[in-house]
Amino acid sequence: MAIKDYLRQRYFPHMWCPGCGHGIVLNALIRAVQGMGLDKNDIVMTSGIGCSARISGYVDFHTLHTLHGRALAFATGVKLSKPELTLLVPMGDGDALAIGGNHFIHAARRNIDITAIVMNNRIYGMTGGQFSPLSGIGKKATTAPYTTIDSNFDVVKMAVASGATFVARTTAYHVLEAVDLLQKAISHKGFSVVEILSQCPTHYGRKNKEGDASSMMEFQKSKTGKLGSKALEKDPTLIPRGIFVDDKDASEYCSAYDKIIETAMKGR
Amino acid sequence: MNNNIKFVQGNEACVEGALYAGIDFFAGYPITPSTEIAELLSGRLPEKGGKFIQMEDEIASMCAIIGASLTGHKVMTATSGPGFSLKQEALGYACMAEIPCVIVDVQRGGPSTGNPTHVSQGDINQARWGTHGDHAIIALTASNHQDVFAMTVDAFNLAETYRTPVILLFDEVVGHMREKLVVPEKGDIPLVERLRTSVRKGVDYHPYLPREDGRLPMSDFGAEHRYNVTGLFHDMWGFPSNNPKVVRELLRHIVDKIENNVHSITRYKEHYLEDAQYIMISYGSSARSAVHLARSRRARGEKLGVLELQSIWPFPEDIIREKCAGKRAVIVVEMNMGQVMRHVKAAVDEPERVFLANRIDGKLITPTNIKTLLRVIQGRGV
Repeated sequence: MAIKDYLRQRYFPHMWCPGCGHGIVLNALIRAVQGMGLDKNDIVMTSGIGCSARISGYVDFHTLHTLHGRALAFATGVKLSKPELTLLVPMGDGDALAIGGNHFIHAARRNIDITAIVMNNRIYGMTGGQFSPLSGIGKKATTAPYTTIDSNFDVVKMAVASGATFVARTTAYHVLEAVDLLQKAISHKGFSVVEILSQCPTHYGRKNKEGDASSMMEFQKSKTGKLGSKALEKDPTLIPRGIFVDDKDASEYCSAYDKIIETAMKGR
Repeated sequence: MNNNIKFVQGNEACVEGALYAGIDFFAGYPITPSTEIAELLSGRLPEKGGKFIQMEDEIASMCAIIGASLTGHKVMTATSGPGFSLKQEALGYACMAEIPCVIVDVQRGGPSTGNPTHVSQGDINQARWGTHGDHAIIALTASNHQDVFAMTVDAFNLAETYRTPVILLFDEVVGHMREKLVVPEKGDIPLVERLRTSVRKGVDYHPYLPREDGRLPMSDFGAEHRYNVTGLFHDMWGFPSNNPKVVRELLRHIVDKIENNVHSITRYKEHYLEDAQYIMISYGSSARSAVHLARSRRARGEKLGVLELQSIWPFPEDIIREKCAGKRAVIVVEMNMGQVMRHVKAAVDEPERVFLANRIDGKLITPTNIKTLLRVIQGRGV
């Protein structure tokens, strides 16, 4: 099936700004699904609110565009009620770790078979450039004219600590790597988190003088290092990329619930 | 002995009703005085292959049942006031996206954490307007366990019929007291099943294009029709739109499909109304005291009757106007500061004849409490 057959072309052009990294994430996601040969009828994408969440409108899957931060809670209902479906949940900074932070850690704790994709652009783009829990200290935003004093979450550490059984990080620049990691995440039976550093030249880049999209992607290239690479060993200030956790033995929630049903049907 | 006869709590009667109606998915979070519903379903649902999940909070529980409804399942959550506040966000989503689901609110004293183990009927208005924006809602209630059972079955039926969330407004006394319940035989109460589209694979399916009768056939997530569901205003494919015509027509649709059917949705009971000179209007556990008073005064020849509401939203104003016409006085008996009374005043021809008999201290209003007010109204002193 061609890439265009995974898209709802009726709804293009998309609403993302020129230079936004989210279109690259969409591209990587579609190529991952295409490469795995998944049936579109078996895929449900739930998303929250924000620039990232609009991804669900453009893909020809079963799509559920929900409330800010709640995409994982909706996805949990879909998945547990029909475990044979594949759940993809793209999220932005706020969806994943501000308003949706509680749902994120609990979905990870349950190890329910859902793939969460955190499109980290370090800003609230749709509302016009306010700082997010992923911005970090010393950044400019429309709600931080004197720079931020809020520390940022580390998405990978948060996912690992919460019990996600597949955790990976890549960037919009490393698009082939993103395709590979997304395929591994989707194939993984359990809660998977893929953080993809994405660029927002319109708000984050402009406010923080990081230049246009290409210079922001240059940052993604030069300031990150692959796990196990010489570059990362030499320069520990680089942001690590790759697979941090891949636990294939952990009990998955829906499978565990099937055992509950088996026990209950036999009588307590 | 027939094992269809049970001696149960109201919360158990609700569970029996939900199982009878065909519930397959429940998500919830512990909260007094509704917790028994979650506890019981955690055991009963997997026995029939259904699913129970205890979510991280009330918000997530409401979201999870919406997700599960979209895969074609009958779903419910249960809570009390503070949790009901949290569910309002996703309740509005279910109104907008037209997702069938049932929300039980076993009312306790509020506002805030309030009076957790004591009775109140303070969530009447929250059920109507707790979520933002214009919308319509269906809310049912009951005063005894047989009716808790019946209204729970009805709630599932109405949710499927109108593709809407339906709220069951019970209260702590009804939820926790024990009395007899006779579970009807299968088939005794008709069940409304999910209306699924007959549009075949490959033909353009419009998930949000109502049929002539106003109903919208659904397609399960995972089936052959892939479409978008959103809380934004949306076109007939479910894709976001801010076109003024689309916005206006969708808002009219989600309100009219319920408000225009108020007569089919309205449920009530009459007790000693035929020649009554004084009429009490009540619902839930307070209706038990009103009926008790009417019965005992009837024995002494007083013409006192009760209109017991079993549906509160959409408000049954025509029935109330009709039943109250010509009465000497209308006494609304409720355990709040007049939430239904205000709507009764607005509905009747002579609002100056409407009085409130209430209790707001966490204790069940008694027949004596009501009688005291009745004596004052009748000019017979206290």
